[in-house]
Parts: sequence; structure tokens; C-alpha cells
Amino acid sequence: MPVPEIVESFTGSVNKVTLGATKDDGGTRTSKVTVGGARNVVYGGSGEETSEKPVIALDVIDTSPDDWPDVLSEPYKDVLNSPGDWAKKCVEELGADLICVKFDGIHPEKADKDESHGVKVTEEVLKAVGVPLVLWCCGNDEKDNQVMPKISEAAKGENCLIGTVTEDNYKSLTAVSLADNHHLITQAPLDINIAKQVNILVSDMGFPLERVVMFQATGALGYGIEYAYSIQERQRLAALTGDKIMAMPVICDVGYESWRVKEAKLTDVTGWGGVEDRGPMWEATTAICLLQAGADIIRMRHPKAVATVKNLIDQIWQ
Amino acid sequence: MALTGLEIFKLLPKTNCKKCGMPTCLAFAMQLAQKRAKLEDCPEVSDEAKQMLAAAAAPPMCKVVFGRGDNQVEIGQETVMFRHEEKFYSPTVLAASASDKLTGEDLKKRIEAVNSLQFERVGTKIGVSAIAVVNDSGDANSFVSAAEAVKAASSLAMILVSDEPAAMEAAVGKVKDAVPLIASAKADTAAQMAKIAKENGCPVAAKAESIEAMSDLTEKIKAEGVEDIVLNLEGLSLRDKLYNLSRMRALSLKKVFRPLGYPTISFVTDGDASQQAAVAAALICKYSGIVVLDTVEPFAFLPILTVVMNIYTDPQKPVQVEPKVYPIGEPDENAPMMFTTNFSLTYYTVESDVEASRVPSYILVVDTEGTSVLTAYSGDKLNEKTVADAMAKHAVESLVKHRKLVIPGYVAVMSGKLEEATNWEIMVGPRESSMLPKYLQEVWK
Repeated sequence: MPVPEIVESFTGSVNKVTLGATKDDGGTRTSKVTVGGARNVVYGGSGEETSEKPVIALDVIDTSPDDWPDVLSEPYKDVLNSPGDWAKKCVEELGADLICVKFDGIHPEKADKDESHGVKVTEEVLKAVGVPLVLWCCGNDEKDNQVMPKISEAAKGENCLIGTVTEDNYKSLTAVSLADNHHLITQAPLDINIAKQVNILVSDMGFPLERVVMFQATGALGYGIEYAYSIQERQRLAALTGDKIMAMPVICDVGYESWRVKEAKLTDVTGWGGVEDRGPMWEATTAICLLQAGADIIRMRHPKAVATVKNLIDQIWQ
Repeated sequence: MALTGLEIFKLLPKTNCKKCGMPTCLAFAMQLAQKRAKLEDCPEVSDEAKQMLAAAAAPPMCKVVFGRGDNQVEIGQETVMFRHEEKFYSPTVLAASASDKLTGEDLKKRIEAVNSLQFERVGTKIGVSAIAVVNDSGDANSFVSAAEAVKAASSLAMILVSDEPAAMEAAVGKVKDAVPLIASAKADTAAQMAKIAKENGCPVAAKAESIEAMSDLTEKIKAEGVEDIVLNLEGLSLRDKLYNLSRMRALSLKKVFRPLGYPTISFVTDGDASQQAAVAAALICKYSGIVVLDTVEPFAFLPILTVVMNIYTDPQKPVQVEPKVYPIGEPDENAPMMFTTNFSLTYYTVESDVEASRVPSYILVVDTEGTSVLTAYSGDKLNEKTVADAMAKHAVESLVKHRKLVIPGYVAVMSGKLEEATNWEIMVGPRESSMLPKYLQEVWK
């Protein structure tokens, strides 16, 4: 019996987004990263319709993290206090495509650092590495509105990916990233309707949707990953069927989410295997699942997990 | 091609006799159209209608069962490409291999290691449910003894892996009451392998390198009288394999192309345990009914078993935890007492953050019908009454000496009423669970 043809042609596609500004673009980056562009579902149709190769953004925390399990902080023990050296290690030794500077230290309930700290860290990392940057706020609206604009300004012209903006707090960061020529991350709490709403809000402020990357919130493996998974699949289908307001590439926060869970960090459990393998495997598996649902940029942490995921990406996106 | 519910309805007796379990023939027709019911459930249907419907009404993907007793496993009968469209039905069977190059104590140890890949997480048992005996030796006698040893030492469902009909026949002959899956028949061994499968009542895997070759092969096997078939796409790069698995799924579900209307099996043998688990995770998400790994590392299996658990969760039903008091660490009578809802995602997030705080605590789980804090509050499932009732029902007063209740920051607004309803001092916790460690370490003190 002849195998029937099965062609599904979609009218829409995921936007292609290029991050980083090199000398020619007026910046100081030495490389650029392009993501998105899928014209079909993951593994749907022919290989030519796939997205650009997904990329990994390694996390660099602005202040030495005090809540990381040993198995995670050990590989970074010499650089935890120096964001510049940390970023350099991620790029040179671990092959990071992007560096995501996470400004936990500005949170009022954490180190409560001010704008001068934010600017200093940004400048340090910009100087240390040539890859494009992701600049990620602390999550406290008031403090973010105070500090993130200064961080944006310090990276002006570098075409960073900056965020996140939410339904309740989007105005100031949207305005400054528009002015400073960055790309913007819109965030929603595992809710596809809110996700769309945030995009409409930033678009209403004149921010071009072609410069937006979406963050749907991430659930770790075992802790709600199925919600993130299905929302990503639904968003991809919406983009492919022509919904321009949902046609953005997707970023996931795998590093933070997977290292919070006990399966990744408990040290003394019989029958689960050693935490030095289990922790990175938990992070890698979380990332790989989300890749199957169409993730374009993945924030990660552990070197071993990064190596495992990179190896898989290389096999699939040749 | 599949018929619509109304087309099917015209062929039914239209007596609304309810013998099929549905209230009306129309309802039954709709179920048939969605391939969620079988025509055999209708006792009154005419032979003519039967013939016309049989082809169209059968599920687009067959169910295949192997193994014995309580450890029988079931794969196939999937209906959708994306879990949000409905749900994925038959959780991927994860298997580990045992080579027939192993003998005596080594083989015993390997079987024991496979058997022990069982875990419990969030109150559910998950584990490897099949063991693959692999004819690496190329020798029929070694294959037979390994199969016998596995049957004796393991109750897991068995997969016999050999390309040699002679070795397969000998091994199946010895373990047929365990109903192993025969893996695999190839184009040149299809007739022989199908005969072994038919004579012993076992399902058989069909091994081919392309979709075209695969559909020819399954037709051949079916012509020999075997209908329990599993598709084994071999010899492809991971990339080509994933694309072809998706295409086969689409051909069977959307085109109802019968020669590919079977579940699939994938063997993952390259690389170390981490690399195998990584590939397995992708294969689970993308339509592999069985995944066989060549490792017994628990660190590799725990995450991929969790992938199966999560991806096969019914997206329409929120997963819930039992409403009760959960002690975290070893709390005493001075430990903090807090509450959250019984939506599993909410509870496990809170639980992991409380654990991270290293402050032994009690978490009271209030029954909100599986909704999160804000949803429950807006739906009036989380109010001073439901919280007070839960506190009484689970006797929280007997657990702690103090009378201070930490509540989620998002429902700070209910503090006053809750204080009145319970006479406990209400302490407003953080809005985000991730701030709990700091809160418990600094504010609670």
C-alpha cells in the first residue's frame, strides 16, 4: 500500500530574532545569536521548516548566590564573586551562546543593591565576554523599575534581551528598552491569555513585536513542566496559524526551576543515584522536554547539564 | 477514511436501547466517531452496517499488550498529536536491557539492578516496567538461558531482542507463558518471526529503516495472521528518527493509514547513561510507546520516568494532593504552621521552598478542588470558613503550642475574617513561595 502524502502547510511562522550588536551595528559584541523562525511544529514536516538551532544562555548571578546546592556551586567556586570572570568561564569553557545576568542582588529582601551595582555588573560582563547578553530583573516591581532602566542604559546599543515585563509592570522597562534598542522579554504566569495580553500592552506602547521574546514561566520536571510544555505547544500552533501577537520565540528558565527541586539537590537518598549525576540530569531533562515543545532559548546552570543538552541539540539541529 | 458521528448514526439501529452504555444511539455514534467506543458494544447492529463501520470505527492506533499478570503492560491506542488536544493515553513503557553475554552471577546482578529501578515520587510509584533480553552473543543457547534466567528472576514484562528466527524460536518456546514481545522481525525474517508470534500468542516488533519499508513489513506480518505489532524504526540518526516518529504518528492518526496504526518501540544504546536518558526524554515526548535503555543507573531513570508521568498527565484534570497536614522535616510544637491549597503544583512548590528553608514546619493543605491560591480565593473555595474547617478537621491545635497561622501573601486580604473565625493570630507570609526560606528564617523567628 503506498504511504499517503501528509503535508501540513501553515500560513504563519515564529519570528526570527537576532540578538547582539557587533562593531558594524554600533555595539561591542563579537558574536550574534539568531533564534526562532520555525514554520512547523517540532519535527513536523520537513527539516527545512524547523527553527534556528536553539541556544543556551548560562546564568551569571550578580551577587554570589547563597542558596545554591554544593553540587551546583562547586564548578563555579572560584568565580561566584566575580560576574565578569564567571561569564568568561561560561563562554570560554562551557560554550555558552549567551550570558544571562540575573540581578537577584538588587531584590530588597536579598542583598538590596542599588543602581550603581547593577551598572557596574553589566559593564563588567560586557567587557569580559563578546556574546550577546540577557539582562534579567529580580522580580520586585518597585526595585526593578528603579534599577533596570539604568542597567538598560549601561548596555545601550548592545542589542541585549532585557526583561521581564509583566501585565502589572511593563511601562518603564518597555519604554527604556525601546529607547536603548534592546529586545524585550514579556512574562506570563503559565497562562496563555495573559501571555497574549502582555504582548498587546507592550505593542500598544509602540514596542515592535518583532523584538519580543516570550517567557511563559517554567515548571521544572516533576513540578508542573506539563503546563509549560502544553502552553508552549499551543503558542507555537497559534503562531503557525497566523496569530502575530503570539509569534515570538520562547525563552525558558530551566536552571533556576530545576535546581529548586529536591530530586535535583537532595544528597542522601538511597536508590536515586548520586546527586553529582542526578542534579545535572534533572536540569538537562527539564531542558530537553521543553525543547520538544519548541523552546528557543534555554537558561541553564550546571556545566554537565549544559554539555548533555548541547550534545542533543547538535544531533537534532545539524 | 473516518466517518463522522452523523454518518455512523445513520447505520445504527436508532432504537436507543442503551445496551451499549450510552443514553442514545446518537451519543454512541459520537463516541465511535471519536474512536473512544467499539462497535461490538452495540448488540443490535446489522451485519451490513458492521462491515461498513468496522473499517472506519476501529481505533487508528492498535493497542498492544505483553507481559503477564499484574505486570502486564499496554501501549498504543493514542488519539492525538498534542496532549492539550485531549490527553496521551498509554504511558511510555521504560525498559532496561540485559545482555545474554552475561551469565551466572553477573546476569543475576544485572536482572536485580533492572528490577530495582522503582521509585516513589509525589505519592505515586513509578518504575521500569519491562526488561529486554538482548541476543548480543549471537548464540541461540546463550539467548535461551538468559531468557529463562530473566523469567525466573524478574516479573517485569519481557522483550526478547534477536534478529535470528532460530534463536527467537528457541527462547520464546521456553518463556512463552510470560508473553514476551518479540523484537524484531525484518523484511527477510517477517514470515518466520510472524509464525513464532502467532504460534505462541506474542506480539512482534517490525524493524525497518524507512516509513515505506515499515508499512510493507507490517502488511506482510499482518498477512501471516499477526495483528499485535510494534514499530521499530532502526538505523536512523536521532534527527531522522524523531521526524519519522512524528510522521508515522500523523499518518496513523490523521490519515488512519492502517499499516502504521501501531505503537512504537525505540532502542537507545549509544553513549553513557546521561546521553541515553537525554535521548530517551525526547523519544518519550515524541511518541515512543516503549523506550529501551542500555543502562541501569537510577540517576538516569528517575528523571525520564518523571517525564512519562508528567507528559501523560490528563491536562483536563488538575493533579491534587490529599488535604491534610504535612510535616516538613521534623517539626515540634513550636514549629510554624502555614496553609496552602491542594493543587499539586502549588503544594509541591511550597513544600520544596519550605524544605529549602531548613526550618521544620507544618503545611496544612486546604481542599480547594485542585485550584491554586488565587484561583481558589476568587472562586470562593479558599475563605475563612474553608480554612477554619480544615484546621478543625485536621486538629492543628494539637500539633503546635502557639496560635499563629502563616497565610499566603496573595490572600492577605482575608486576615481579619480568618482571625475572627479561628482566634489564631494571622501572619501574612510572602506572595511568592520562593521567598519562604527567608521569611521562615527571619520573620518567623
